[in-house]
Amino acid sequence: MITPENLVYEKTKVMTDRVLHYCPGCGHGTAHRMLAEVIDELGIQGDTIGVAPVGCSVLAYYYFNVDMQEAAHGRAPAVATGIKRVLPEKYVFTYQGDGDLAAIGTAETIHACNRGENILIVFINNGIYGMTGGQMAPTTLPGMKSSTSPRGRDVATMGNPLKITELIAELPGTYFVTRQSVHTPGNARKTRRALKKALEYQKLNKGTCFVEIVANCPSGWKMTPVQSNKWMEEHMFSFYPLGDIKVPEK
Amino acid sequence: MKELRLMKGNEALAEAAIRAGADAYFGYPITPQSEVIEYLMRENPADRTGMQVLQAESEVAAINMIYGAAGCGKRAITSSSSPGISLKMEGISYIAGAELPCVVVNVVRAGPGLGTIQPSQSDYFQAVKGGGHGDYKMIVLAPATVQESVDYVKLGFDLAFKYRNPVMILSDGIIGQMMEKVELFEQMPRSTEEYDWATVGKKPGKNSVFVTSLQLQSEEQEKVNLRLQAKYRVIEKNEVRYETYMCDDAEYLFVAFGSCARITRKSMEMAREKGHKVGLIRPQTLYPFPEEVIYEMGGRVKGILTVEMNAGQMVEDVKLAVNGQCPVKHFGRFGGMIPSPDEILNALEQKIIGG
Amino acid sequence: MTEEIIIAGFGGQGVLSMGQILCYSGVMQGQEVTWMPSYGPEMRGGTANCTAIISDKEISSPVLTEYDTAIVLNQPSMDKFEDAVKPGGLLIYEENGMTRKPKRKDINIFSIAAYDESVKMNNTKVFNMIVIGGFLKVKPIIELENVIKGLQKVLPERYHHLIPLNEEAIHKGMDIIKKEHSLN
Repeated sequence: MITPENLVYEKTKVMTDRVLHYCPGCGHGTAHRMLAEVIDELGIQGDTIGVAPVGCSVLAYYYFNVDMQEAAHGRAPAVATGIKRVLPEKYVFTYQGDGDLAAIGTAETIHACNRGENILIVFINNGIYGMTGGQMAPTTLPGMKSSTSPRGRDVATMGNPLKITELIAELPGTYFVTRQSVHTPGNARKTRRALKKALEYQKLNKGTCFVEIVANCPSGWKMTPVQSNKWMEEHMFSFYPLGDIKVPEK
Repeated sequence: MKELRLMKGNEALAEAAIRAGADAYFGYPITPQSEVIEYLMRENPADRTGMQVLQAESEVAAINMIYGAAGCGKRAITSSSSPGISLKMEGISYIAGAELPCVVVNVVRAGPGLGTIQPSQSDYFQAVKGGGHGDYKMIVLAPATVQESVDYVKLGFDLAFKYRNPVMILSDGIIGQMMEKVELFEQMPRSTEEYDWATVGKKPGKNSVFVTSLQLQSEEQEKVNLRLQAKYRVIEKNEVRYETYMCDDAEYLFVAFGSCARITRKSMEMAREKGHKVGLIRPQTLYPFPEEVIYEMGGRVKGILTVEMNAGQMVEDVKLAVNGQCPVKHFGRFGGMIPSPDEILNALEQKIIGG
Repeated sequence: MTEEIIIAGFGGQGVLSMGQILCYSGVMQGQEVTWMPSYGPEMRGGTANCTAIISDKEISSPVLTEYDTAIVLNQPSMDKFEDAVKPGGLLIYEENGMTRKPKRKDINIFSIAAYDESVKMNNTKVFNMIVIGGFLKVKPIIELENVIKGLQKVLPERYHHLIPLNEEAIHKGMDIIKKEHSLN
């Protein structure tokens, strides 16, 4: 029997009670929780405004218990710019997938980062378009199958996967750029620490902080959750190595 | 005290944005309206009122910055010219869908495509019939003078917030580029009002706010559409604005808007000198359209000529309003050409009086 | 009174600012004014023109096809606007650089050697003020004091010490304008 006396873990109040629509085994749920817990820990629930993308996390505003805006596909960094410019005291984050951030929204992403907008960009990279049914993404690996690369991504005709995070790290406007994952408790904790640092830097007006989370997509990849995590470790991490890419100079 | 100045349309409009207490301008340069952002950057309103001005990387980014600021309940304004407005249309549809207030200025140039930088009214359809996707309406104000460019910024914000709806100021290259005497209204303070629909940070004990145009269930989306339509009916009832000139004894009628209405007024004066009893209706709101007065005039006159700098767009709305009571014809120049008072008078004589 | 003026010449001759000064002067004496420039690539060094309308009553069309006065400062502008002067109207041209005289016989025609005069004054920048002086001599629609007030509005404060020089240029223009053809 669960009673207040024997409760060892409680869901953060920065997440609502709505049931997540994400597929079983998907990384979004953990990624949401890490960000929500950090907002809770920093005590900034009432001072945070989020921007949801178009993609699987289009309904993120149902789950984060903070004020949020739903942006057009790819435009979240521009929407976040508009919010931050008129409410500079608030914490502003975007939460975007790879299609949203690295394909249709490349210009908005690069220019917001290059201006050094004081926002946090959370980038979920699962190498596929999950919401629309598993089409090829800008981050789909060479040879990786999707519904629009059924014989595997042919880089000669379909182009190369885009390492946008490395690109972003080159821009003078970015302050902290890192690549993490949430597929093990240890990795989830590292992600949590990265998100916390990013929001602390935002308070100090340091510039854009960019946290990529390499994630699995069991449905899109047509694998079980366990298989997908294993495949991610074996294939995704070699192309998208985890770790900090740009850290503040001491 | 009101202040009298000789100002270019675009610059007067930019000054009006500062004075109307705007919180933010986001835009991207394009001829013939770049003076708006140039003026704002020169004037640096952050020092005067705290208003934020940012040159975005594209019109697409600019309108989405507007979405973000408007979603916080702030007074946000952007401006562009035709090709740039096409790029903004996605964002305008989202703003209409999320019911956010903002002012969008279109200093129209001729198209299609890159077209020419010379003045035109060929974006009438785009402005009043949608432009972006989905069933939505913008309130469309059509200034004919530099003074109206100034006054409509203030009016535009008032209407945008009254109805939580995007307002477009449909200007053109003539009004944007010409200088006229203008009376500037006094500086208004920036609003500190917080709206319950705006994202300004969750209040303790209250639900979080979200700004969205998304409904996954059709039943819910239809409710949104019905609510929008009900709002549009109220706008149509309350917000029609127009001017009439010499309509009392008119046997023939011109209908024209914006700069073209000014040229047409000259034609009307010339026609009167020749003994033709001609009047003019100048819609100041293109949506909502002054249907009633045009219907009423349609029952009294022998014929109506719309004069537009396009291939015939507003003429469709005039025909719908007149509902077959009298002949309705169109005369237009386009591609950046401006009709002269003589050729308009000639068209009236050929198409309406002699027709 | 309504005076509809076209001013045309090369970019850099001060064509657009002449129109603005006339309009601002009109504002100073309580009149309605409209100034409309040609805009676009032609502004960058090519020909430029502007319409200036000054009136006692509300101005309807800001763009016109015929004018009470045409002030033309180069040959292409004379070629383009000579025929646009209303019968009985006024044409003023700057002699320097012209290859022919105007042909019209149904309008009043004046010439002004404003460029030569500006060289004599050691300041070619006052060229357009000399032309304005000539125009106001022929058509005194604006009081000189209102032109000075207009200048104070148009010029940034740091150039206000040049206003006496501009006033001198206006007087010079009034002195040197020359009648070429008159209907009276």
